[in-house]
Formats: sequence, C-alpha cells, structure tokens
Amino acid sequence: MSENILDIKDLRTSFFIEGNEVKAVDGVTFQVPEGKTLGIVGESGSGKSITALSILQLIERPGKIVGGSINFKGEELTESKNSRMRDIRGNEISMIFQEPMTSLNPVYTIGQQMRESYKIHQGLGKKEGTKRAIEMLELVGIPSPAKRVDQYPYELSGGMRQRVMIAMALACRPELLIADEPTTALDVTIQAQILELIKELQNEIGMSVIMITHDLGVVAETCDYVAVMYCGKVVEYADVETLFENPKHPYTVGLLNSLPRHDIDQDELIPIKGNVPAPDEMPTGCRFAPRCPHASDICSKLPGLETQEDGNDVRCWIYTEEWDGEKGVAVYDRETTT
Amino acid sequence: MTEKPLLKIDNLKQYFPIKGGFLGRTVNHVKAVDDISFAIGKGETVSVVGESGCGKSTTGRAILRLDEPTAGKVEFEGKDVLGMSAKEMRRMRSEMQIIFQDPYASLNPRKTVRQTLNEAMEIQNVVPKKERNARIVELMETVGLQKHQIDRFPHEFSGGQRQRVGIARALSVNPKLIICDEAVSALDVSIQAQVLNLLKRLQREMGLTYLFIAHDLGVVRHISDRIIVMYLGKIVEMGETKSIFENPQHPYTKALLSAIPVPNPKKKAERIFLRGDVPSPIDPPTGCRFHTRCPFATDKCRTEVPLLEEKDEIYKDKHSVACHYALDIQQGKHKPKYNMTDVRKNLDEEGMDNKSKEKQLENA
Repeated sequence: MSENILDIKDLRTSFFIEGNEVKAVDGVTFQVPEGKTLGIVGESGSGKSITALSILQLIERPGKIVGGSINFKGEELTESKNSRMRDIRGNEISMIFQEPMTSLNPVYTIGQQMRESYKIHQGLGKKEGTKRAIEMLELVGIPSPAKRVDQYPYELSGGMRQRVMIAMALACRPELLIADEPTTALDVTIQAQILELIKELQNEIGMSVIMITHDLGVVAETCDYVAVMYCGKVVEYADVETLFENPKHPYTVGLLNSLPRHDIDQDELIPIKGNVPAPDEMPTGCRFAPRCPHASDICSKLPGLETQEDGNDVRCWIYTEEWDGEKGVAVYDRETTT
Repeated sequence: MTEKPLLKIDNLKQYFPIKGGFLGRTVNHVKAVDDISFAIGKGETVSVVGESGCGKSTTGRAILRLDEPTAGKVEFEGKDVLGMSAKEMRRMRSEMQIIFQDPYASLNPRKTVRQTLNEAMEIQNVVPKKERNARIVELMETVGLQKHQIDRFPHEFSGGQRQRVGIARALSVNPKLIICDEAVSALDVSIQAQVLNLLKRLQREMGLTYLFIAHDLGVVRHISDRIIVMYLGKIVEMGETKSIFENPQHPYTKALLSAIPVPNPKKKAERIFLRGDVPSPIDPPTGCRFHTRCPFATDKCRTEVPLLEEKDEIYKDKHSVACHYALDIQQGKHKPKYNMTDVRKNLDEEGMDNKSKEKQLENA
C-alpha cells in the first residue's frame, strides 16, 4: 500500500442538543492512500457527511469534535489554528457538495466566485484570476468558457453548475478532494459525465479523492477502497473488489442484497429488517445487532474494527475467536452472476 | 398483455401555458407531454422512465386529471375518463390511486394515521362506517405497520414507515390501478427493498395494476413487466423489460442504460456519453427530438418525426421504437458521426441547441 495522505483515527464528533449528546461520528478510523479514491458509503444518518465536515473543521455549534485524530500529510488537523485551516480549505483540501445551486452564490458571477479562491490562496489579481478561471472552466469541459465566466449560476443547467463547482474546487490543484454526493441531484447521463470528469482530472492532477455516496454503483465504478459506515461507525473497510465479491459485515451484505440491479435478473430482494435506531435508542453493543440475522449473545458487547487475513478490516464478532453463534455461518451466499 | 387493457391512453397531450408580456397573455407553451399513446393490461406493472423534464410525472398526473390534459383520450375499463363530470371523476378516483415520491409532503401533519385513512374511506364511501376501524387495522397489518401506531402523527414515523402509510391510504379505497410516482426514490436502499417487496406482494395478493414512474433503472428492471422510455415529452421506446434492457434499440435508451453505474467493480461499462443537456421543452427540436444529442442524426432526423413502430423482427409485438435508423444501426449499416466514449471531447463540440444559445448571447 502506498503512503496515506489522510489518516483518521477514532474520530468522534457529537452534537449537544438540550443537554443530550448525539454521537454523529462515533470512533471513525480510516485511511486515504495517496492518489487513490476512498468511498464512504452508508445510509442517511450514518455520519458520512459529518465525517467529511470534521476533516475540514467545519463543524459548528452545537456540534463539536470531541476526540480522535485527523492526520493530513503528517499534520494534525484537530489541533490546527483557524488561520492554518483557512489556508488548507480550498487550497490543499477541497470539497464539492451535493446541491450546486445552494453552494454557489447566486448574486456573483462564476468568474467573481472563482477569482476569490485565487486571490486568497495565490494572491492573483483580477486579470490573472480571470485567465486562470477560464482555463479551469475549459478543463472541466464547459463550452465557450470566456462567456460563461461572466454568467450567473442561474444561467447554467444543473450539470453545468456541478462542473463549475468542480472547477472551483480544483482551482488551486488540491491534494485531496472531498466529494459529498456530487451526483445525487443529477440525472444518470449527466452523472456519468461528472464521474468520468472527476476521474480524468484526478489522473491529471494526481490528487486523492474521498467519494461520499449512498450509491453502490458509483462506489464500484470510481473507488479503490471503501469504508462502509453504520450509525457513526465504520463497520467494514476493504478494497473495492473484495467488498463486492466477499463482503464480510452483515450490514454490507444486507446493502448488497437489497440493491435492485439493472444489469442482472433477480427474483427477490432481501431487505434488511427494521429501521436504523434513533439516536436516543442506540444499542450499546454492536449497533447493527437488532437488525442482524446472525445476532448472538456476544453482540450485546461492541466489537472492534479488526484487521482480517486479507488485510481488510471488519467490525463484527463473527470474525473473532470469541464468536458464540453458529460456526462458519455463510454471511454472503448470493451468486453474483455477471 | 391481456386482450382488453385496463387503462388506454391515446394521443395524450399536456401543454402548460407560459404567461408573460403585456397583460400577461399566453406567450408560449411548455410541451410537457406531446402526443403519447400506450395501454396497460390488468395485473401488469408498466414503468415510465426518463430523465428530469421528460414528462413522466406529468403523464401520471394527467391520467388522474390532477392536471387537466390539453388533448387526447384516457380510457379506464373502456370508460372515457376525460369526459367525466367532477362528481363522476371523484368516484373514479377510488379505482385509480397515486402514491407520491415525498411521504413527508403528501401526508397531512395534523392528522393521525387513523384520521388520514378514515378520510379517504369517508370520501369514497367504500366501507360502511361501522367497519372502518376494523379495516384500518387490517390495512396497517397489510403494509407492515403495528396496531399501536394507528393514532400516531406522520412526524412520529420514519421515511419508510411514512411511505407505508401512503400505500395504506391508496389501498384503503380498493383501487384497481395505482400510479407510483417515484414512490421509492426518497428511501434508503435497505428500506426501499422493503417497500418494493411490499408492493410486489400486494400485487400478487390483490391483482393490482401499477403504473410505475421512476428514474432508477435498477428499481424499474426489478418491478416491471414492460417499460416505456420517454424523452422530451415523447415515447422513444416501449417494450418488455428483458427486451429493453438486453436489446435496447433507440440511441437514447442505449445511452441511458450505459450511463448507470454497475455495482460490480470488475465489470466496467462501455459508456456512451451524450453531448450537452436536454433541450428546452418550450421550443423542442424539430423532427426527432433527440437529434441534437444523437451521434447518428441525419437531415431526415432533423425534419421528419419518427413514429413509434415495431422494427425488430425478433421482438415483433413486444418492442417498438421511434427511430428512423433503429434497424440500420443494429445491423451496423449506419455509423455514428463521432466517438461517443470521450467525455470532454463531446462536450466541446456543442449540440445544436447550445449553439443557438451562444448566438443569442452574441446578439445581446
């Protein structure tokens, strides 16, 4: 494995609401190898977006990072000063959000918004900034960039806006790009364009990417490694091929089994029973135990994220010596026809 | 398909006026649905797919007359729906129900589940008053909700549970047809699977017919018997599910299918990138509406509107397509004008519509 550009250990981010602590991110550990793409998957409320915001120290009150470490190229971000974080944001680490219309400022032109980043991070003037903005728009495949640069966000289509967001995020050639559901609001044909674009630019600039998504198809196509999150914890961390071929955690298996596929025929979907537990009803042991088809007595205790023989990590008692349920249980027994 | 369809749509058109200018006159129309025809047999699940703005939701709403269609014919069990009076239509709606995408917005937050279900039955008067409570309990069980949740308000339920309440409400009046307008799109995949399985089970048990409107092609493949592909208010392709997925004929359907990410890291899809964006439905392209983004387009495509026809001999009666060159493309006689697998190159060469926009900009 190559060097890790980002190393997160036991990150904890909580929200303090009316005297209660809601643990949105509850001990998250993962690494982003340099030049690679890490996917973070999970359903709504699993803490994927809060993890991303924590990396950039963008958590606002009543939220707070209460523990753990975020190591970016040897630098500890949880201890960084605000001024240092401002240097990092948009320069060394950039982020693209789901909804391009709400993350672009409607009363400034595309050019004005892009120049801001050049001015702050590189001290470029108006003329030079505009030139660089046009180059960047061209890079992301926006037709006639010299005209578009003076237009307002409302004059662009959804796909075009997301391209502008990418151009802005990549303006300073960041080393790490965090893409939070970058294509969820877009149609599939536009999604295909945007994902391909991110991949091509990644190769050109040589950056690492964190791709946050709930779409397992997007994960399979764009990621090298995957962290599966459930209720604020990473339950499985694996390379993408292993994750799809030999998923270990019952939650990962549940996700794959409930996914309706367009590429193969399926008789029946096997859903995960029940619902995600509410924050105030969170089980103290394995968070997934109440919905898990294999749950046993030991699952009332919290399992650790243990590294397996194949080098991947899984947080489940089944793969430990202490397992007291059925031995050799076939967690994943679905045929994956291709 | 059965001999006599349950629902038959003929030449349905839905134009929305654009008001503007002096005195707020109608200056133009958004042609949301422009002359479409199809039929659904009893017990069938037919899906309408396409990207945003293709007219799929408008079609569903027009059938129920939630928006009054501009022209065309809607027949339900041989009865002319569009000719009905408001009173007849209200009665009709007990046979045709709709489930909406957003279970948060489509339930009244100030009514409990019991009140919501009671209201539907009261309006349609399908169940005698005395039996309504028993029926509500039965409905709750049918959709997999607990008895003790009957007197709860919508905010006390999760998204998946709310969608179940929406389904229970639709079922409460014993409909024959349910239009599911993106009914599972807002749900997480594990919950989505629960609701899809529920819809399938209800269909088996009650012989329901579904018109499924969705953009997720995985969901569509799983649930449908037949599929209708729409683009800019027109049907471009229609056929049996297997046939559409395994042997798509229209260049748009091919691009749409190739664009979906495959949840299998070892299988990288050969991707077709469409250039540009969907043109405006106010002033849609002449001839074939897809010609501005189609690599196979010729002068004929720019002037002549292709008809929805059965082209492929093997799939006769099962699969029709609206493309002048469907057969020629399939047999390799008609080649694309440019490479469709390079994303940025195609974006630089603009579609017709973009060019005309640029011209307008220059003039201004």
